[in-house]
Amino acid sequence: MGALLSFFVVIVLVLLALAGVKGAGLYVLFGTIIPYAAFATFILGVILRVIKWSRSPVPFHIPTTCGQEKSLPWIKYSKLESPAGTMGVIGRMALEVLLFRSLFRNLKSEQRDDGAKLVYGSNKWLWLGGIAFHWSMLIVIIRHLRFFTHPVPFFVNIIDSLDGFLQIGAPHLMITGVVLLLAVTYLFLRRAFIPQVRYISLPADYLPLFLIMGIATSGILMRYFLKVDIIHVKELTLGLATLNPKIPAGIGVIFYIHLFLISTLFAYFPFSKLMHMGGVFLSPTRNLANNSRMKRHVNPWNYPVKVHTYEEYEDQFREKMKDAGIPVEKE
Amino acid sequence: MAKPTKPTKPPKPEELVKIDYNPPEKPWMEVPVEFKPGTFCYGTRPKYLEEVGFPNPREWSPLDEDWKLPADWKDTVLDGLGERLKKNRAFHLFMDICVRCGACADKCHFFIGSGDPKNMPVLRAELMRSVYRKYFSTGGKLFGSLAGARELTFDVFKEWWYYFYQCTECRRCSVFCPYGIDTAEITMMARELFNLLGCNTDWIAGPVANCYRKGNHLGLEPHTITSNIEFMLDDIEEITGIKIEPTFNRKGAEILFVTPSGDLFGDPGTYTCMGYLMLFHELGLDYTWSTYASEGGNFGFFTSMEMAKRLNYKIYAEAKRLGVKWILGGECGHMWRVVHQYMDTWNGPADFLEEPVSPITGTKFENAKTTKMVHIAEFTADLIKHGKLKLDPSRNDHLKVTYHDSCNTSRGMGILEEPRYIINNSCNHFHEMPEDTIREKTFCCGSGTGLNAGENMELRMRGGLPRANAVKHVRDKHGVNMLANICAIDRATLSALMQYWVPDVEVSGIHELLGNALVMKGEKERETDLRLEPLPGKEEEDV
Amino acid sequence: MELKSLLTEKRAAILRKWFDLIVDTYPSDTSSFLKKQKNQFANPVGHTISEGIEELFDELLEEAGSGKVSPFLDNIIRVRAIQDFTPSEAIGFIFLLKNVIRESLQREIREYQMYDDLLRLESRIDDLVRSSFDVYMKCREQVYDLKASEVKKMTFRLLQRANLVKEIQED
Repeated sequence: MGALLSFFVVIVLVLLALAGVKGAGLYVLFGTIIPYAAFATFILGVILRVIKWSRSPVPFHIPTTCGQEKSLPWIKYSKLESPAGTMGVIGRMALEVLLFRSLFRNLKSEQRDDGAKLVYGSNKWLWLGGIAFHWSMLIVIIRHLRFFTHPVPFFVNIIDSLDGFLQIGAPHLMITGVVLLLAVTYLFLRRAFIPQVRYISLPADYLPLFLIMGIATSGILMRYFLKVDIIHVKELTLGLATLNPKIPAGIGVIFYIHLFLISTLFAYFPFSKLMHMGGVFLSPTRNLANNSRMKRHVNPWNYPVKVHTYEEYEDQFREKMKDAGIPVEKE
Repeated sequence: MAKPTKPTKPPKPEELVKIDYNPPEKPWMEVPVEFKPGTFCYGTRPKYLEEVGFPNPREWSPLDEDWKLPADWKDTVLDGLGERLKKNRAFHLFMDICVRCGACADKCHFFIGSGDPKNMPVLRAELMRSVYRKYFSTGGKLFGSLAGARELTFDVFKEWWYYFYQCTECRRCSVFCPYGIDTAEITMMARELFNLLGCNTDWIAGPVANCYRKGNHLGLEPHTITSNIEFMLDDIEEITGIKIEPTFNRKGAEILFVTPSGDLFGDPGTYTCMGYLMLFHELGLDYTWSTYASEGGNFGFFTSMEMAKRLNYKIYAEAKRLGVKWILGGECGHMWRVVHQYMDTWNGPADFLEEPVSPITGTKFENAKTTKMVHIAEFTADLIKHGKLKLDPSRNDHLKVTYHDSCNTSRGMGILEEPRYIINNSCNHFHEMPEDTIREKTFCCGSGTGLNAGENMELRMRGGLPRANAVKHVRDKHGVNMLANICAIDRATLSALMQYWVPDVEVSGIHELLGNALVMKGEKERETDLRLEPLPGKEEEDV
Repeated sequence: MELKSLLTEKRAAILRKWFDLIVDTYPSDTSSFLKKQKNQFANPVGHTISEGIEELFDELLEEAGSGKVSPFLDNIIRVRAIQDFTPSEAIGFIFLLKNVIRESLQREIREYQMYDDLLRLESRIDDLVRSSFDVYMKCREQVYDLKASEVKKMTFRLLQRANLVKEIQED
């Protein structure tokens, strides 16, 4: 149900771009206004969301410890799973953000006890699918910087040539583009077909998947099959980046569909679960050191509470305490 | 036994069994909550709420049609929710960033044991997220159920009650979550919200009230504490021939010792307590017990942060009154979550205490520099390392031991090696359970966070199944007969769990094992262990 | 052709079907988890069932029968006794085997006229159900015992201290 709805939304978006550009000729709207608006929404939205989170304080020091604490000097402690200092926390976060450490934990668990053969389950694939998706996404985005810079920075060129090292076809096949599409398809399929995951899925879980599928598909179509005029595309994109928007004639409508889907994703980003990108850095169970007995953590809203004092306690039990030989303050 | 000569033709069997069991594939929001017998705790009696000044004390039961909530209960919940979003980043973040990847789904012991989909951590959290979206997010306000949002109704509130009291805040899901989303944080907030309306379980509210007024969960009054310990001292004297004389509420002692009151009362906690008493005596430690701060555990922690702080206050207050230098804490799970991650923040700074130094070895406990409270396993491991204890592990040769990491000490503190070091020095036979069921991946006893009541026994047995299953494995493989741990709730609840699932395995604290092995100055030849059962090789003489 | 050898031959298929039917007595989201997760520690319920029915099936084929209740029957029922099943649901999974056998071997049974064998086997299955009722009751009684002993444990020391009870001394 949620999947169908989200799929339908993406189809409507494609048709909108098609009708808007091809039918109504709204080039400026789809080539300039919407991308700017979407980008502004993205930047502002993300900033506002992060500010909103940051304004909630971290009252308690609650890292999830996944290894030995730092205690006695002769006990080896787990610097990355239970870090006691800032360097360790940075390491832990890097593992989490770059390698999906926690998801990777699932990997170990399926060695069967009896036959000693490995049984592959969905969990390993989730890590693999997740990491393939995110890394190829990042590389694709970096590659796209060539459309927004002049001259193109050296690292973009390096990544470009690495990504196309297979040198298949003309233009060269970019591996990450294909991996991205495959990974996002896998993520969709597991959501749709693993009953447990389907049960917990919301329409909001399918929408970004379909959007990204649409973006990758239109991108691949544009690069390898429909072959839009790359010079003109760059003229447009560089114009956007240099705040000097232009609409060169003769760019195929597939480009505008691609651009519109990207704009939608950008505009949608700050309001969606995609904000996990920013959120993961703020997560108190991961980004705090396990040093709460070494260094006092202050809660900004700590307030005095009603307590039961020793005096009240002794008043209540004085005779019994004296009988039991327990020292008291007042005889 | 006569066999039927001519079996009658039975009706379609799978129909018989399947009746009503496969619910129609409805979205979870449309499946109403059903309170099943043996899976929930009684509602609290009013007197317990009155004792600590909580709102809406009344007689009620979760099975009642009418929970006697105030007319504006909904506003109270929503305002409370909003306030907590503003005051707690973890909670706010965890409401927003879940991508429902499902990595946590099968990590919860309650899901594994019960199979109820709402016991998947992600769905447990969605129970609250859905309401959060409806009232606090733009998408939810605009698109309603399409954005995964739903109204807060009384049925939803009941559903929260049912499932947030089926979470033991064990944090296992948080280990596997790529963003570290910790369902414990969400459960804590849900329970705070319940308590704004006077909804708590009797099993939690009772100990809270006891602890507030009398200093410990069990409601032991000062003279009861001393006489309970005297019982143990008699046993120790019988076993070792040594008479121990601990002190209570003594000013000027170097160390204040705080342990969960479960150790003072009820087996097998008392055996662990005997271990502490023997160890401290053997060291000649200058320490004192307190009857006022006679509880290390904190059921307030399962109620609200404020209540937890009110109960926790006594530990520092008593340390200050008695003028001790530092505090030593006994074997307990959630007590150490609280001491390690919360105490200093709530009731510190403890600048009237000194940085803890072991008077026996001179070791500075730098990891407890500001909180000034040392875990007894750290303390004892240090003693053994420095060769300060004479241990005879063969006295534990009748035991084949495995070790259960408690949720709180493993995932909310990280004390993994010290207990193992102590066991390995006190026992000759130690076998680990399978890797995925220990250390940070340990399985809960199924009865933490105040779920260790009697009326929800079925729930406890389900939740504890993954743990019991791993114990069973090492019993079958290595003949394990003793499940050691460092948690008072474990000592109580694992006993019941073992009786049901793995009946020939008993439960102990690690200082019981240490007490068995500890060779004390001037002791007589021991005939029995701390349970007064004959030592290996002494069975004959005992007859 | 004997029924026994036929059953041995089709053992794997019958067990798979029986397992699926049992697992389908759980809510659908659960059943897929029980079927998929192969790790015995991550999925103790599924493991107990699959291991248990294999052994039960083999024991059923052993005509002699030890007269003792199989520990594997105990294992499965012990799990179902504390899940959300009514008593009939908790032990009814055994009846499912009858159907699986009838359906899987329909053709052969008719062809080789194995009805006598079949009836005998079904009687043994009925016996198994009878034992399972005992096991179920034992488990339930144990749960109630545990509930009661939780209370007893709390009060015993109190009574002891109040000198209301005294353990019998041997000397």
